[in-house]
Amino acid sequence: MKQAKILAVALATVVALTVPTRATEISGAGATFPYPIYAKWADTYKKETGIALNYQSIGSGGGIKQIIANTVTFGASDMPLKADELEKNGLVQFPTVLGGVIPVFNLEGVAAHELVLNGDLLGKIFAGEITRWDDAAIKAINPTVKLPAQAIAVVHRSDASGTTFIFTDYLSKVSASWTLKVGVGTAVQWPVGIGAKGNEGVANMVMQTRGAIGYVEYAYAKQNNVKGARLVNKSGKTVAPDASAFRSAAENADWTGTPGFGVILTDQQGRDAWPIAGATFILMHKRPRDPVAAAETLRFFAWAYANGAKMAEELDYVAMPASVFAAVQEMWARDIKDSSGKAVLSPSR
Amino acid sequence: MRHGQIGDAAFRSLTFAATLALAALFVALIVALVLGAAPAFRTFGLGFLIDQSWNPVTEKFGALAAVYGTLVASLIAMLIAVPLGLGIAFFLSELCPAALRSPIGIAIELLAGIPSIIYGIWGLFVLAPFLQAKVQPLLIALFADVPGLSLLFAGPPYGIGLLTAGIILAIMVLPFVASVSRDVFAAVPPLLKEAAYGVGATTWEVARNVLLPYARTGVMGAILLALGRALGETMAVTFVIGNAHRVSASLLAPGTTISATIANEFTEAVGDLYTSALIALSLILFVITFAMLAAARYLLLRLERRSAK
Repeated sequence: MKQAKILAVALATVVALTVPTRATEISGAGATFPYPIYAKWADTYKKETGIALNYQSIGSGGGIKQIIANTVTFGASDMPLKADELEKNGLVQFPTVLGGVIPVFNLEGVAAHELVLNGDLLGKIFAGEITRWDDAAIKAINPTVKLPAQAIAVVHRSDASGTTFIFTDYLSKVSASWTLKVGVGTAVQWPVGIGAKGNEGVANMVMQTRGAIGYVEYAYAKQNNVKGARLVNKSGKTVAPDASAFRSAAENADWTGTPGFGVILTDQQGRDAWPIAGATFILMHKRPRDPVAAAETLRFFAWAYANGAKMAEELDYVAMPASVFAAVQEMWARDIKDSSGKAVLSPSR
Repeated sequence: MRHGQIGDAAFRSLTFAATLALAALFVALIVALVLGAAPAFRTFGLGFLIDQSWNPVTEKFGALAAVYGTLVASLIAMLIAVPLGLGIAFFLSELCPAALRSPIGIAIELLAGIPSIIYGIWGLFVLAPFLQAKVQPLLIALFADVPGLSLLFAGPPYGIGLLTAGIILAIMVLPFVASVSRDVFAAVPPLLKEAAYGVGATTWEVARNVLLPYARTGVMGAILLALGRALGETMAVTFVIGNAHRVSASLLAPGTTISATIANEFTEAVGDLYTSALIALSLILFVITFAMLAAARYLLLRLERRSAK
């Protein structure tokens, strides 16, 4: 009898210890473009509420794949999915921040923002048509810069990337031969150059390789001290990359009019607009498999919209305007429902 | 008596089951690879093997760039590692002072124990910048005027690329060649060596005409082991190969290998055709490794037969 009692107590203890106590954790995967700001938000949110965010920065292509496969609660992508793709996979899409993609270079003796490039030149460099830094065309718009007689080492992304999508989208708009030769997409067939993994990989590779040129999201250039170049925008003005230039690019964006808020901000008209700006998006299922996790995710993003603007500005991202926030919250209440048809997160704020 | 018999029977059936399980796993692996690769081969046919394009947007894939990179990087690795390894093995077994023999031997074997990702990081942060700054410009300038070799050493010095990957692979497979060859050389009967020295052979002649022929099988095995590792090495190569799906004549250009392609792209391969193309690549690597093994065994067989006559 005593033995049976001991056994029962032991069994109960084991069961109690092994029953998983689910600590609420939100899981997401995708773009490396917004990773710095998501990491900052997650850190602050955890301090305030104790809920952790697990974000794997594997590239937009990976994010899209994982959310379609339902292995994460949300996916992140800089390439907005079109209305029919969203419909087909039962997803909703909403933007979180705006940022810019900037060309970065590594030339001794040339300071950051000293080098000026335009879309045509960028297209030719990345297509392998211009191969040396002292090419006449580059010299023409940089009359005072000491350009070395060095070969251009092109660095691009090796993984499927929304940053690549934004960059190639811009090139297809400003360079006639780009669409024919290479095309637009998260992973294209680059004619020249080496591939590096993630925004971090490109920044690192450019820093290490003399005479290199690459493209990274602005926060990575800023944090790693890689030299960025200025660009000539659609209005003909030479702009340096910073938050005000990115905000300028988003002035005429029609957020609510575009399905899935999927606005593309390259080569915008504004006088001070940065030519290669873009928003980054979150993808979630309309009928999430785990409504509790989905509700937590939506609470996190609501918190980020309300409180995260300052942190975003510090990293030179641009926060979404309040009107967009309102429309997004409305969309959550309308479209993201659990199996019983009730909205996963009812708008309480 | 019966107790022993039951034990024996149990032992026999257990070991048989283990062997069978392994064989079944092997067959299952091949079947999984073939089934996974089937859509790619059905869409592209055998042209998949000689097509250089790799375009996830238009969904057009070809294995040529990856296969070329794998074979060239492994070839460079073998060209560097085999003479060096045999030289080290010979030095350790014949010429080395007894006191140094053990430490050097241990150092070589430790090289084999270093995880491959560390080689990758070292290659990317130490070797590549060094090659980019000092070695590659020298090579480019040296061969710029030589008609054939200028193609082989052309292009901007990236630091990373096929040559760098080949060098890293050589360092990784060197311990295999060196330590296995050393063991085999040490097993050569001293009588043979003494006899050769006795009739006046030089050290080089002993190495070439006595040690190598005797240790032929073992050395071949060592080279095969090294080649197998070089063909399949993933992490170290992924860091330094440059991830460019192109066949370039230049060794200094970036390229890709089969394992590097799969490591980079498998997690984000959206679409059945893309995934199937990657599995087809792994099937091709499997076939290449298998073919190398078979060719080596056949070569050994012929050498044995010839020496037996």
